[in-house]
Amino acid sequence: MSSASKTISKIVSSSTESLSDIREFVAGQARTHGFPEDEVANIVLAVDEACTNIIKHAYRFASDKQIEISVGRQGREFEVIISDDGRSFDPAALRNPDLKEHLTHYRRGGLGVYLMKKLMDTVEYQFQPGQRNHVRLVKFLPASPSR
Amino acid sequence: MTEFKVQERPGEGVSILDLRGYLDAHTATDLENAFQRLLGAKKFNIVVNCRDLSYISSAGLGVFMAYIEDVRKNNGDIKLTNMTPKVYNVFDLLGFPILYEIYKDESEAISKFQNTTKH
Repeated sequence: MSSASKTISKIVSSSTESLSDIREFVAGQARTHGFPEDEVANIVLAVDEACTNIIKHAYRFASDKQIEISVGRQGREFEVIISDDGRSFDPAALRNPDLKEHLTHYRRGGLGVYLMKKLMDTVEYQFQPGQRNHVRLVKFLPASPSR
Repeated sequence: MTEFKVQERPGEGVSILDLRGYLDAHTATDLENAFQRLLGAKKFNIVVNCRDLSYISSAGLGVFMAYIEDVRKNNGDIKLTNMTPKVYNVFDLLGFPILYEIYKDESEAISKFQNTTKH
């Protein structure tokens, strides 16, 4: 058994209308890699949140740009890399919000990042001036029953 | 194309919103419009029935956060009901049960409003 699978990519326009296509693509890939339905739902939601952030913050709702979603396996990791060419935002600003404080002051926004971290095993950002932005989401693959 | 529908239905002393389908950053505006219509009509006792809601992301949850303050200032409330475990899980992860009343069945939320109004 090889430790890495072929990466499969999908490119969509940077519109909220693309979110349903993105969810369908990621759900199909997660199922192919053997995740149970509750984990498929968690992965799909995390990717939706990452793409929504790109549409809102990196592209500021400009719908004529592109988002690339690449899915593959690296060892025990199911990896989703989401890339865009928009504005990069400061990863330091993406710290966990104080949830109770956030909710009691009825603040919207920021919850997507919190959800991504709750739902996935790893969330990493790669922002370099002049280069594409990448968000890497990882979920550990379910243990193989044959082992 | 994301399918989402919100329909208003009158109840006894309350307004009920039935949600159906996928509530995400694309469809959240439909729910915002529904809340705006209710607040414009001074309807502040709101039950949101999530029985047919298949999916919600933080963009959808943000809509509830945007209107709850105005609704409560007017002595009303937004009470949520009939969630599937999958949808409840998202509300729960974001701590919503601390601040929002969530009921298994719509009738519980309606009677809660009726009891509050009688006092």
